[in-house]
Amino acid sequence: MSARGQFVSTMTALLDEDPRCALVLADISLDRFAPAVAAHGGRVVNVGIREQAMIGVTAGLCLAGMRAVAHSYATFLVERPFEQIKLDLSHQAFEAVLVSIAGSYDASEEGRTHQSPGDVALLDTLPAWTVHVPGHPGEVDGLLRSAVSSSGNVYIRLSDSSNSGPARSGASIVREGSDGAPLVIAVGPLLDPVIEATSDLDVTVCHLTTIRPFPDDLVALVGATDIVLVEPYLAGTSASQVARALVDRPHRLSCLGVSNPELHRFGSPDDHARAHGLDAAGIRRSLASYL
Amino acid sequence: MTETPSTSAGYAELPRLLSLMTGDEKHNLSAYSTLDVLWVLYDRVMRRCKSDPDRFLLSKGHGPQAYFAVLAAMGYFPESLLTTFGEFDSPFGHHPDHLLVPGVEISSGSLGHGLAIACGLAIGLRLQGSSARVFCLLGDAEMDEGSNHEAIVVADRLGVSNLTAIVIDNDSASHGWPGGIERRFEVEGWATTRVNGRDHASIEAALAHQVAGRPGVVVAETEAK
Repeated sequence: MSARGQFVSTMTALLDEDPRCALVLADISLDRFAPAVAAHGGRVVNVGIREQAMIGVTAGLCLAGMRAVAHSYATFLVERPFEQIKLDLSHQAFEAVLVSIAGSYDASEEGRTHQSPGDVALLDTLPAWTVHVPGHPGEVDGLLRSAVSSSGNVYIRLSDSSNSGPARSGASIVREGSDGAPLVIAVGPLLDPVIEATSDLDVTVCHLTTIRPFPDDLVALVGATDIVLVEPYLAGTSASQVARALVDRPHRLSCLGVSNPELHRFGSPDDHARAHGLDAAGIRRSLASYL
Repeated sequence: MTETPSTSAGYAELPRLLSLMTGDEKHNLSAYSTLDVLWVLYDRVMRRCKSDPDRFLLSKGHGPQAYFAVLAAMGYFPESLLTTFGEFDSPFGHHPDHLLVPGVEISSGSLGHGLAIACGLAIGLRLQGSSARVFCLLGDAEMDEGSNHEAIVVADRLGVSNLTAIVIDNDSASHGWPGGIERRFEVEGWATTRVNGRDHASIEAALAHQVAGRPGVVVAETEAK
């Protein structure tokens, strides 16, 4: 099952289980929620292709005491109605869960209009968002259930790219290098290419499926002073987080990620990963020149 | 949502309450396009019981002195606080902040945000079995923002009949609304009424009236800006 399929499945179950839970759509994925619409018509609110209204209505549901989930392509969920996210959610202290699909370049053939490598960087301009970047469909159920049952503003960024298996949620050290070895931080679905790229290198590899709040303590604890960030969205998005985590020591940082959002190319997600140097070979090349 | 205290001052007190914010000795109430509608809404229309009160969202956050004066008159906070208007640690800025002002449901200022929030609130209340009405006040120039027109369609198609929009029409939209701003609501299925925004009896009658199954809009006409 894809991450999107798992989202639909878990979300449908949550609508069954929790009468406080509501889903707000702007046409995207509506067909997949047909059973949920039939069972809980009132709590699946489709506003049509109206993303500003999607976030405003989501905020209003929060004001009414409900836990609302809004869902669309990342670009239509985060970038288009960003002022609504900034004011109707963050500034008002109204809280909701946003679940996106297609993120950086899953929609490779659709082109730039359907891509949003800047979504996490944009949310970084607002305080106190929790941001999850699952790397496998098997991580989605737990993340969504926990987001809906908790409070606060939560963004879950789903992708068609996937590691071979699910990871522990949050932050984990998946390989330990020697003392002082460089630290490679792999985010979400980029763990597998990072593992492949570093198989014969003395590095510590940390995997993050929750990127905000950033695990300052864990990153500091590793003790490395050479850091490589490998993020599936805009390169350098978490650079300031690393700088804060390591403020007490001289260090150097290399940031890999989507390097050129204006690629003007189509093809497959793999083509785009290669173009941004985010396939195993590209990550290997960057590591070799950095280390 | 905040506790809804009982009325502590009347309409005649509003000029004095406004003076506390502006320092001016005399006030021409017509300078405040929203004042009469806000007064009638709070004094005569809204159900203000504690268990399931009607809700009011000020979308047009500009010029909130009238709103603050009415809330003070209704006893939401001590009127002496109004003298701090605009100060660094005052609850009262030039746009309302709901985290700071008792009785204020949303923070507004950037135009075109309130109606969609009001729509979501009305849907959420109805889902939970509430019989409360949701009122949302906008301005005719605010209607320039396209986000309002998203919300107008959504409110009708989803049958949000517990929502009443109020548009203060002081003819301030740069490019105007041929046929009246209510046409934009009417074509989408809303029940529409136009009243004199200074006539308390007309405002009360229009706001009290609900049409089954449809959201309603009351356009309250005041002196041209």
